[in-house]
This record gives sequence, C-alpha cells and structure tokens, in this order.
Amino acid sequence: MRKDYNLEKRKYIIGGFIILIVAIYLVRLFNLQVMDSNYKIFADSNAFMRKTLYPSRGMMRDRNDKLVVYNQPAYDVMMIPKNVQEFDTLDFCSTLNITKDQFLKRIADMKDKRLNPGYSSYTPQKFITHISAQDYGRLQEKLYRFPGFFIQQRILRQYMHSAAANVLGNIREVSQRDIERDNYYAAGDYCGDLGVEKSYEEYLRGEKGVEILIRDAYGRIKGKYDDGAHDVAPVSGRDIKLSIDIDLQMYGEKLMQNKIGAIVAIEPSTGEILAMVSSPTYDPKLLVGRERGKNYKELVNNFYKPLYDRSLMGAYPPGSTFKPSQGLILRQEDIISLTTAYPCYHGFINGGLRVGCHGHGSPIALKPALQTSCNAFFCWGLKAMLDGKRAKYGSVAEAFEVWKRHLVSLGYGYKLGVDLPGESRGFIPNAQFYNKIYGEGHWSANTIISIAIGQGEILATPLQIANLCATIANRGWFITPHVVKEIQDTILPVELTERRYPTIDRQHFEDVAEGMRMAVTGGTCRLANLRDIEVCGKTGTAQNPHGKDHSAFIGFAPYNDPKIAICVYVENAGFGATYGVPIGSLMIEKYLTDTIAPERQYLETRMFESNTIISSGVKKH
Amino acid sequence: MELKSTNTTSVFRNLDWITVIIYLLLVIGGIISVYAASYDFDNASIFSFDEFSGKQLRWVGLALLAGLVIILIDFRIYEAYAYPIYGILILLLIVTIFVAPDIKGSRSWLVLGPMSLQPAEFAKFATALALAKLFSSYNFSLNSSASSYLKALIIIMLPIGLILAQKETGSALAYMALFFVLYREGMSGLVLAAALCAVVFFVTTVKYTETMIMGIPSGEVSVFIMIEMLIVAMLATYCKQLIGARNVLLWFLGTGIIAWILGLCSVNIPGLAFFLPVIGVALIYTLLLSFKSPAKPLLVTVGGAIAAIVFLFSVNKVFNDVLQPHQQQRIKVSLGIVEDLRGAGYNVNQSKIAIGSGGFAGKGFLNGTQTKLKYVPEQHTDFIFCTIGEEEGFIGTTVVLLLFLGLILRVLTIAERQPTIFGRVYAYCVASFFIFHLAINVGMVIGLCPVIGIPLPFLSYGGSSLWGFTFLVFIMLRIDAARREHHSY
Repeated sequence: MRKDYNLEKRKYIIGGFIILIVAIYLVRLFNLQVMDSNYKIFADSNAFMRKTLYPSRGMMRDRNDKLVVYNQPAYDVMMIPKNVQEFDTLDFCSTLNITKDQFLKRIADMKDKRLNPGYSSYTPQKFITHISAQDYGRLQEKLYRFPGFFIQQRILRQYMHSAAANVLGNIREVSQRDIERDNYYAAGDYCGDLGVEKSYEEYLRGEKGVEILIRDAYGRIKGKYDDGAHDVAPVSGRDIKLSIDIDLQMYGEKLMQNKIGAIVAIEPSTGEILAMVSSPTYDPKLLVGRERGKNYKELVNNFYKPLYDRSLMGAYPPGSTFKPSQGLILRQEDIISLTTAYPCYHGFINGGLRVGCHGHGSPIALKPALQTSCNAFFCWGLKAMLDGKRAKYGSVAEAFEVWKRHLVSLGYGYKLGVDLPGESRGFIPNAQFYNKIYGEGHWSANTIISIAIGQGEILATPLQIANLCATIANRGWFITPHVVKEIQDTILPVELTERRYPTIDRQHFEDVAEGMRMAVTGGTCRLANLRDIEVCGKTGTAQNPHGKDHSAFIGFAPYNDPKIAICVYVENAGFGATYGVPIGSLMIEKYLTDTIAPERQYLETRMFESNTIISSGVKKH
Repeated sequence: MELKSTNTTSVFRNLDWITVIIYLLLVIGGIISVYAASYDFDNASIFSFDEFSGKQLRWVGLALLAGLVIILIDFRIYEAYAYPIYGILILLLIVTIFVAPDIKGSRSWLVLGPMSLQPAEFAKFATALALAKLFSSYNFSLNSSASSYLKALIIIMLPIGLILAQKETGSALAYMALFFVLYREGMSGLVLAAALCAVVFFVTTVKYTETMIMGIPSGEVSVFIMIEMLIVAMLATYCKQLIGARNVLLWFLGTGIIAWILGLCSVNIPGLAFFLPVIGVALIYTLLLSFKSPAKPLLVTVGGAIAAIVFLFSVNKVFNDVLQPHQQQRIKVSLGIVEDLRGAGYNVNQSKIAIGSGGFAGKGFLNGTQTKLKYVPEQHTDFIFCTIGEEEGFIGTTVVLLLFLGLILRVLTIAERQPTIFGRVYAYCVASFFIFHLAINVGMVIGLCPVIGIPLPFLSYGGSSLWGFTFLVFIMLRIDAARREHHSY
C-alpha cells in the first residue's frame, strides 16, 4: 500500500484535537469539582431537609418540689408554600374542621406582609396552630395527599394551679424583633414573656436540635441522612425550682381577692421570695394555646390591669412602714440615742406645720415610737438631722444626701435586681430634686417633713418594702430577693446569693426589731400577735391622692430566728391594722404553722370575703 | 483444520489487548455507575435483573459474547460484506421510521418482544464498514474527482437523513464525526477550519447581542474583526503572501484605529458601512495579487471571506427560523444567554451541581445525593457522567476521561499501523465516533455544549449503544489482529 506521509501527519491534528478537548474538560472539571464549593451547598440544599427538633422546655416546681409548670404536646400545621402542589382543598378543610373561607383567609393572612412580615414561600409557614389530638391523627393519615404541608410538634405550657401568673409568666411566639435580636430564634419559635419564663428564658428553652432528612427531586422524604449520624438531638431546657411556696402563694392570692395590692414574702436568710402576690391577678392558663391572643388582649384592656405586677412594678408611698428605716438612720447618724424622747401632742407641731398623730404618751423614745407609730417622733428626728446638725453636715442639702445614701443602701430608690422583668426603682428624692423645686437653700426639714413618715415624694415597691423588712429580720444584711431557688445543673448567679450590707450598724437593727416586736405585743399590730410565734411588725397607712388610704404592713417572724419577712400593701383599704396586719399575720401563720388557729379563723374569713375594690379609686398606672 | 486452529491462536495473540482492557474497564465501570445511578433506598442487588444494573449486566454478557463471535469470524468477511451490511442497516433505519412507537417524540426504537433496539447505534459500524470499503476500492482517491466526494458523502449522509427522520438529532449528528475520516484521507483542512470558524462565529453572533457597537451587536463586530484576522492569516500562511498579508494587516489596523478615534469623538460610523467597504477593499487587493502569483489560494481566501460574511448575515435567520424553539433554548442555555433552571436549563444545572458537589475525591460509592435522589434526569443514560463525578469526584472523572483519551489515541495508533486502506479508514471511523460521543456527551454534562441526547459509550445504560460500540471496536480489533497476515499473501 502506498503511504502518503503528508496525510499521515494528520493523525497528530486529530489526536491533538481530542487531547485538547480532554484537557479543556479536565480544567473545567477541576474548576467545578475542586475550586468551586458552591455546588456542594446547592446539592445539600437540594437533598437535605433540615427539620428542627424542638427541645422540651424546662419545667418549674415550687420550693417544696410541687409541680407548677409543665409541658403538653401540641401540633401546628405548617406549610412550605413553594412545595404546595394541587390538592383536594375540600378534603383538607374537612379534615381540619375548617371552612373553605377560613382556609382562603388563612392563606391570605399568611401572605400579608403586614400580618406576617417574615413570609417567604421557601420557608415553613404556620397554617394553623395547636390542632387537637383528633385532628392531628386524622391529618397525619392523609398528609401524603397534601404535598407541602407538614405537622410540627410543639410544646404548650400547662399550669398545675391557677396561681402565680405574675411570677411564672408565659410563652409567646417570637416577634420579628426577637429574631433579629437573638439568632437562636426562627420564625414560629416560642419565647418567654413576663415572669420567670422571660428572665430565665435561656435556661428554660434548651437547645434546638436538627434532624437531617433526605428529600428527592419530587419533594418526597426518603428517610434520614446517614442513619441520623449528623442529626443533633435537642437538649431539653433546664428545670427550675422556684423559691415560691405555691400553697402560700395561692393562700395569699385568696386573701387578696377583691382587693388591689400586693404581698411579698421573703425568706430573710436566703432572699428567696416565698410568695409574690399581685392583685387582681389572672389565671396563667388563659395565656396558653390558640386563645392566647384574644385573652391577652382582654387582659391588656382590663380596667384593673391584671398584667401589671404591683408587687414589683407598683411604686407606693410606704407610709409608716418607712419608720423603721428612719429609726435606723437616726441612730446610725447618732441624731438620737435610745433614750432621746420627742414630744407628741397628737402630732408634730412646728412653725405653723402640723402632722397629726394618735393618742399615746409623750414625750416618746424610739422603741415606743415604733410601737405606737408616732409620727411626731420621726418628724422631730428628721428635723434634728437636717436642720440641727449644720456643724456636722454643713447644710440641709448635705445632711439630706447622707440620709438618702442610707436609704439607697437599704435597697430603696434603685432596682433591687430581682430575677423578674419589669421591676420599678421606686423613688427616693435627692437634694438636687428639692433644689429644683424650692430653689437652693430655700428648703429645710419642715418643707419636706412628710418624707419622715414615708409620705410625700417617697415611693417604694412592695418588694423593696419587704426587702427592708427582711434586712431588719437579718439584723443588718439582705440578699437580693429572687424567685428561683435552683436551676438544674447550674449554680445561681452570685448576685442572687451574696449578702449585701447596708450602711447601718447591726445593733441599731436589733433596737428597731425590738420596737417592731413591741408594735405586735402592745402597739398597732396587735392582731398579728400569734400565740406561739413571736411576730414583729409595723403598720402603714399611706395617704394618697387616689382615695382612701392604702393599708400596709411589714412584719417578720419568729423574732429571734426569722423565717419569713413580709410586706402587705392593699390599695385604698384604710388603716394598716384593718387589712395589712390581718393579711400579713395570716400569711406568717400559714407559712410557719401550716394552719390558722381557730381563734383567728374569723380574720381569715373576713379577709376572704371583704372587698376593697369598691372603695378604691383605682390608681391609674 | 490445522491451519484454522493456528489462525485462531494467532488472532488472540495478535489481538490488541490494551484496547480490550480499556474496553473492559469502561464496561465494568458502566455496570457500577448504572447501579449507582439507579440505586434506590429500597433497592435490590446489583445483579438483580429487574434493575438497570442487572439488565446492563445482561447486555454486557451478550456484548462480550458478540465480541468473541466477531473475533472468531474471518476478517475478510467484514470487507466482503461491507456494502450488504450497510444496506441491511439502512433498510432497518427506513423500517424503523414507520414501525417504531413514539417514545418522547422520537421514533427510533425497534421493539422486538422484550427487547428494544436502536438501529441508529448499529448503523455506526455498518457505515464505518461501507466508508472503509469505498476508500479501499480500486483506484479510489478522494481528491481525484467530485464523484468520489459525492459517494463518500452519500454513505455518510444517508444514515444522517434517516435518523433525523426518526427525530433523533443527537444520534444523527454523531455521523458528522466521519468528516474527521475524510480529513485524514485527504479532504482539505480548510473544511474543518471552516466548520470550526462557523461554530465560533455562530456562538459569538448568537451570544453577544446585548451591547451594540457602531449600531450593530458587539458579537457581529467581533466576527467582522475575526474575519479580518482570518484574511491576514490565510494570506500569510496558506497563500504565502507575506508582503500582501502585511499590507492588508496595516490596512485593517489603520481603518480600525480611525474608526476607534472617530468613535471616541462621538462620530458614529454605522458598522456595516464601515466593515463591508474595508473588507471589500482588502479582498480586491487580494484578487489583484493573483495576477502575479498562484491564483487558487488567493481565490479560496476571497471566497472564504465572502462565505464567512454571508454566514454571518444568515446566522440570526437560521437560529430564529430554522431551529426549533427547544433547540434554540438548549443552545441559549449552554451559551449562558439564558438561565432557565426550571426548564431547559434544569438538567444541566442539576448535572453541574452533581458533578461540582463531588469535590476532589467524591462522596463515595452510592453516596451521591443528587443522583440517588433523582435530581438529574436521565442520569443512568445520557447523564451517567454525573454519577461518576458526584460519587468518585475529580479523581473519577479524570480517570474516565483519561481512559477514553487512551482508547481514542490507541485506536488512532491501530489505524495508522493498518496495512490496508480498509483497515485504516475503518479504525478512523471508530476513533471519530468516540471523539464525537466523548466531546459532546461530557461537554453537555459539564455545561460546555448544548444538551444533545447521545450516550457516553460503554458507561451509559442501554443495550443498543453498548452493542453498537462493541461491534465497532471488535470488528476493528479483528481486522487489526490480521494485520500481519496481509504480508503473507
């Protein structure tokens, strides 16, 4: 055969051509497979459906391990709009017991950017929340007929008791703002709202898990990816043990029914809040499930503001419950001795000023003044401190600042730091405040004399008042009051366990405690004089611009080994002795002895049945 | 008797085992890949005959048997019966048009009881035999007369026409690869160059229509500039007119710079009014050169340039009026003009995701999510390369591409060592088919070519393709095994 070497060379062209092609393809493949990592992400988002596994929320028990808040499964019907295909709407509606109109409205609402700002057709959207177990069962069976829909198991909060709503709080669906604030949340998650649910959210919520499912090109789930090796199990929220005694709490709420006000009971040695009643209150069960929105709205609009926790948000004039703190300051500053006696002729009368008082002997020293709640004594005392010690303090204003600093150290004027949201700081004026009102140097003790008896500008929360009582019970220190006793597997933050010492020496507390003991044995608090328990107390009757006086009481018991310190504050109920003392002493008796002595049961009945709402002007908060 | 037995032994001794080994590797790779591609969660064994992989295994068994038979048959048979075999397959192609059921718009499958066969795949070896036979006929020379070209073209175009009539555009286009053979056997390289230019011009024109320069799309401007460069290149190399080439180059550069400066001064010359006269002047100059030198190359140059301009003007018309909408869409997708991820671009996009997600070492056998979860349509047939890319990664795709490259280069070597024109032409046909299938199939899967539905030889699922290529290869091997016998008679 004749060979044409010119033509034979063409094998190189042809061979070179295919080598070139393969080289180009290899470069392309190198780019696709090795250089570009996006395709891996695309493939994963194709194939893997990441299903969130919700942890169970931590439960709450009371200080005696009684279950208070627990979980119950609920089912939400979810849909991913992009994945929804043609389906039998009628069948779907009848399965869920809804009408076609409701169905269409729900879809329209979901797509409405105003109602549902987080809408995206690619992400799961809530179609209906909290369907019943029966509906769930029916739907589950038919679910394959409704592509794009799925059922998300959720957790609903359940409450053993219709009590302590203000302490416990509740859970709500997260808002768009929550999602932006904390990237833990995704649309449709729940978070704590109010109370412990809110302040301990990060402990209670646990950690979400994820289950990676495999999804084929038709959107069908083909099982778990890698037998679940890459799944992350949800971590249950931590259980919480409250310091609340739920029985005492319920008892307090019952005593406070048909009254406006608050009770705060604290274990002095630990700062643990035993009961925290705000009245009127509401049933926490109202804020669960599908009716939550409606009920929440009603509570917000309720005339008596049940969502307003008076025990820590309400700032009241402490009235005569303020006097022990005055005694402490006067003694600490050495304005008075234990024997210093001031005259009281039915009141403090000075420079055309008169602050009325009740009948008791005169002149009077500190302890009897506490016993009888003498107004004049504390007015004279304040006057002596502000006006009479120029040499020591330099000016009224500087003396006043000293006075103020002592009160702040006793927990007034600033937030105590309770582990609940929404605490109010109350109000203790400073010199600047009066300078502004009266002009610098134009005010003296007489100008502001009503603060000596807890009136005037002074405002404190029942929590602050109770805390002062606990400080006296401890004879000179307190621990920031708190409602959580233990968090599962966690230590309480040190702010809730360390002692805080006011700027008052211990022995002065002893004297004040003795005065408060005398008030019970032979003074204004005689109704609190229990047979076997040495109760110490102080009444308060606070004038206010809203109507009848507020009735207040602080007390602790037993005298020498205090187990409970309490503040009762009933709005517009009159004398402290009329409501404050009975309620406070019943709470103490109930907590310490678990029963009410027969001879005192009439008091209990009277409190259960009385109604002071009628007489109240209802403070507009 | 004795002669025959030595004959058989020498066949096996002379068999090109390198080709056989590559063949076997690819075929085994095919079974594994088909198994991986069709693997489902509730899947049975790789050997189950109900599954694609099991069926493929059966096809492979039969193919090996057929290969053995082919090797045992006297090699002279293939040359002697080349035309009758071609004739039978052409008849089969004709019959298929009328009796084949409509499957996804094409009528290319002959259903014979439980089996379905695609005659278009078998016509490959028949056409190769016929072409080889034509070239080996006494005194045949491609360039001796127009009728030689005509005969070769008829042999190639006849199956193309019939397969187009079956609406199997991809399979029909595969026969265009045989122009490589014509090139090797003497066809002017200008034809391939022209074809390459046509592709480049077409792509450029169709793709760059958005921005306008001098009042015409930038793609057309680019093509005009390419035509200018080609004229210079032809003059310099093909016509060996260095001075002429320099003059024309200076002319083009000069006019180009003037147009550019005018453009900067906001004087817009219409594109056509600029390029047509400029190129026209250059062509007239080229014609003038022919008075002093050999005329033919110069005339070819001028003719080529004019043809290119005519082609340029007709591209848009052909694209819009001749191609069907789905073909236009596929071309636009592969050129990146449109990104139709839910429609025409879906396959390629998912296929790229599959391959791209494989990474360097792949996700591992049966661990490909894209393929296993059916995101890539036709993954066990035309898109089998995805499965390899996803599960075996860059290593896998490289190995496959290099195996094919090795096969093709080996076939070219075999072709060139043939003592007969018949053997050489036949082997070139084999190489051409592999080149085309490899380039188009892999190019399509990695998004470099439009989607043209042709299988990847040996790897794609399907008996017809496997058998067709097996016949091609083993007939070549049989002819090659007899290369020494030729010297003996």
